[in-house]
Formats: sequence, structure tokens, C-alpha cells
Amino acid sequence: MTIHQISVFLENRAGQLAELTNILAKENIDIRAISIAETTDYGLVRMIVDNSKKASDTLLAHGNVLSMTPVLAVEVPDRPAGLAELLKVFEEYNINIEYMYSLFTHREGLAYMVIKVADEEAVLKVAEKGLITLAGTEFLGLE
Amino acid sequence: MAKYYQKEIETMPYPQLRELQNDRFMKQIKHVWEDVPYYRQKMIDHGVTLEDIKSIDDLHKLPFLTKADLREAYPYGLKGKPLSECVRIQSTSGTTGKRVVAFYTQHDVDLWEDCCARAIMAAGGTNEDVCQVAYGYGLFTGGPGLNGGSHRVGCLTLPMSSGNTDRQLQFMTDLGATILCCTPSYAAYLAETIHEKGVRDQIKLKAGIFGAEAWSEDMRHDIEDKLGIKAYDIYGLTETSGPGVAFECEEQRGMHINEDHFIAEIIDPDTGEVLPEGSKGELVFTAITKEAFPLIRYRTRDICVLSREKCSCGRTHVRMSKPMGRSDDMLIIRGVNVFPSQIETVLMQQGYSANYQIVVDRVNNTDTFEVLVEMNPDMFSDSLAKIHEREKTVVDAMRSMLGISPKVKLVAPKSIARSEGKAVRVIDKRKI
Repeated sequence: MTIHQISVFLENRAGQLAELTNILAKENIDIRAISIAETTDYGLVRMIVDNSKKASDTLLAHGNVLSMTPVLAVEVPDRPAGLAELLKVFEEYNINIEYMYSLFTHREGLAYMVIKVADEEAVLKVAEKGLITLAGTEFLGLE
Repeated sequence: MAKYYQKEIETMPYPQLRELQNDRFMKQIKHVWEDVPYYRQKMIDHGVTLEDIKSIDDLHKLPFLTKADLREAYPYGLKGKPLSECVRIQSTSGTTGKRVVAFYTQHDVDLWEDCCARAIMAAGGTNEDVCQVAYGYGLFTGGPGLNGGSHRVGCLTLPMSSGNTDRQLQFMTDLGATILCCTPSYAAYLAETIHEKGVRDQIKLKAGIFGAEAWSEDMRHDIEDKLGIKAYDIYGLTETSGPGVAFECEEQRGMHINEDHFIAEIIDPDTGEVLPEGSKGELVFTAITKEAFPLIRYRTRDICVLSREKCSCGRTHVRMSKPMGRSDDMLIIRGVNVFPSQIETVLMQQGYSANYQIVVDRVNNTDTFEVLVEMNPDMFSDSLAKIHEREKTVVDAMRSMLGISPKVKLVAPKSIARSEGKAVRVIDKRKI
């Protein structure tokens, strides 16, 4: 059920992000989720794209340093308290979330979050119990 | 007011001084030939033996010693006395991680301290003074050298060591320090702090002896104005005992080299040829009184000019200009010797590629030291915490190699400027 996240190293200065997105735009790659973690000197861009293989090949060819990380996409009711209820489940099962950000995908009152956890197995078990719903690559239209 | 520590020697007419140098040199070369196999071999390889050296005029026939020799002979290869006679080491960083270790007999320590005492008295010091030594103590020669010199002059010595500015200022004001010994950048920092705190009227300083790094005349005037003192330069290197090899007198026009202990030559750094007086070139020292670490024709890599012009202070010893640069790529950052090759060694040891750039600047009279490292797949992670951890490992390794911590800045791959395909390793923005 995992999806591929691409993490790219960028220097923390004007124009870097524009350059990155422009490279993807030229290859007609669709960014489905993006988040930036920053320090004073550099930033870490995490993205979910429609074609991760093509995106990583393109970025590597442009000299970028990147890594591919398996992450999970989880369904969230798109209403007040939706995220709080979801996270309550993670709390109950003592699952620590390292980071999360939202996908642009949105369907019938449902939104989707990208989550990175240390213990993926635990999340899968919770999903098997029907307490949370994970979204796979196919459902999200990712290659 | 006495202004010489050893008047007879410091003001000895040059012909007589040359005679003294000759006697000591002949004794020293015999000592080295007999007791330092490493140098004897160098002489043999160079085609000279003890018989070829008839007087000081034959000095130029002898082979040079360089930092590479110190590395090769590390640790004991250039030691000139048995351990039973050695009482001390001092040390500084070497080119690729191996440190320079210099040995001292008690006699060596005594003479070194004499040299420092001369510098203190040339700066107006007497046994009435309170001398605050804010150079680092330990392996670094600054603290121990000036500490010893201060004792010999009879000053009340405050062995502060470096750092802890609040404590420095407290002792400076409470005990009424009159002479300050430290690096010029730290002196400038102290001056700035004193200025900011508005405690200038509580300071009794009259002189400062500042060395171990390059400083400009502008910086001298700035420190002198802010502290209301006269600021004197002092020169030395661990290989030749430490500070006190040369020092400024009240003229402040070049530093008198203690020629009764060191023979100075200026050479062309490319050909090794000895250049006539007044030429700009690389300074080379032959230690003629040192027992435990008797370096012959040691290449300092400092570029300067010597002058035998008569000095109004009465000293007859030759004067050297402030070093105008280096004939190698060594940087002096906050008083610490840094070689780009050391940075490279650390990066390689840590498994990184050697794409780096050193950026040195001087902000508020303090050196800044940044190492740009190109991000690479090995160092990268999708976790900031992991990247940060790796960054810290590199900084720690550099600190243990260099003795000071750079700020490591990760930059984009291939972003370090290259000239003809070769990365530009050092950008020194300091205007000194």
C-alpha cells in the first residue's frame, strides 16, 4: 500500500524551487503533493508525483540529489474534526508520525494525507481492522 | 626605564653578533649531524657532509626542512636530545592531520622565555606591570611562551588563557592589568566589548602584545584607539619554539628577529635561492641554540622582507616585515593553522567526495570560517534530523583535526565554483 515519495535537496535561496518545478513541468509531470522542510542553509522538498520513476530520472539527469522513500497515503474525512479523529487512532495504537502533508486529491468529502511513520506494519494492522483507510497508487492515479 | 631584557645581546654590534651566530651555528650543525639522523641523511642526499660546512657562510649549502619533513619524521625523528633531557612538547596542526610536535629541553624553554621577555620589555614592560596572558594555554605556544616571558620580566602574571570574556574583563579591571597578550582578533573583540560596556575608564592597560595571526595597520590603530594603548606585534612558530622569534620595539616598524638564537634568510620560494637583503621572499630559519628540536633552514612559508637598517630603539637585530602572505596554501584562522588538505582528509575519511570550498571572512574583527560541502547521495536523506546528524559528525571530525570548528554549509551538487574544471578551494575575503 505504500506510495513513492521523492525528496530533493535544495539550497535555501530564491529561485531554487521554481527551477525544480520547471524541470518537472517540462516533462509534463504532475505534482500531487508537496511540502518543504527548511533549515537556514538548505531545504528538503518532499513530493508525490504522478510518475515517480520519470520524475526521479529527470531530476537526477539535471544533477539533483534525491532519495525515494516509501510513505503511506491515508484517507481523512474533509470536515471539522476529521483529522483529529484520524490521529486519535494513531495515538491509541502508539504510532508516531514523523511528518505528514496533504495530497491535492479530493473525493466525495474525503481528503488524503501523506504520512511517514517509523512503524509501517503497525499502520497496516490498524488499516486491516478497518479503523483507517489507506489509499494506494492505483486509487490515487500514480504510476 | 629599562627597555631591554638582555641589553648586551640585543644591542650587540652586527659584526660581533655575526661572530656569535657563527660560533653557535658551527656547534649546532655538529650537534645535528651527530644527533639527528634524519637531517644527516638529508645532508648526505643533498651531497654535503659536516666537513663541507666551514662557517656560517656555508649555510646556503644545507638542505631545507619543510612541513613535509616534520610529517615524515613524526613524532620523534627530528628530536635532537634523548627523552631524559626533554621536558616539554608544544604542538600545532600539520598539513594532513599529523600534528607538528616540537620538543624542548629545560634550556630550550629558558631561552624561549628569554625571547618572550625581550618582547615584553620592548613593549615597555617591567616588574611593576600586571601582565594578562589571554593566549590559549596547553599545546598552543602562545600562552606558555608569554607566561614564561612575563615571569622572567617579573610582571604579576595573570594566566587567563583564551576565551571567557566576562572573566577577562573582571580580572583586567579588578587587578589593573597593564599589559595584554593575546591574538589581535581577540584584542579587537575585547576592545569592542569594553567600548560597548562603557568601562574604558576602569582599564589601566598601556600596551598589548598581539600575534599568532595576521593583522593590518588599520586594525592596530583601531585597537590602540579603543583601548588607549600601544599595540605591538610578535612573531613565531611552534617549529622554532613559539612566539618571541621576533618582536616589535617602540618604533613599530618591523619585528626584530632574535638573531642570537635564529639565523634568518630570505629565499625565492620557487628556486630556493637565497635573496639579497631587502628582497621580498620566503623566510627561512635556522635555530642555532635549540637543543631538542634543532631545525636547520626551516621554511616558514611566510613571505616577508628583512631590513638591517639602523633602528632608533638601539637594537641591532635584523627586522622582518609583517608576513605579507604565504608560499603555500596554509590559512591562519583565529590564530589556528588550517590547511585545505586537512579539510579534504576529513571529508574523504567520512566518505564524502572532496568537493568543498573554504570561505574565510572577518566580521567584527573575528574570523569566520565556513566550509561549503556539496550535497551528495551518500549524505542525503529524506530526514532533516539525519542530514543534520551527518553534518555534525563532519564538524566534529574537523574540530578534532583542526582545533577549531568550521560552520559546515551544505550546498547543491556542482554548485561550487570551478575554474578550468578545478574547484576553487579557498575564498579568503579578509582584508588584511
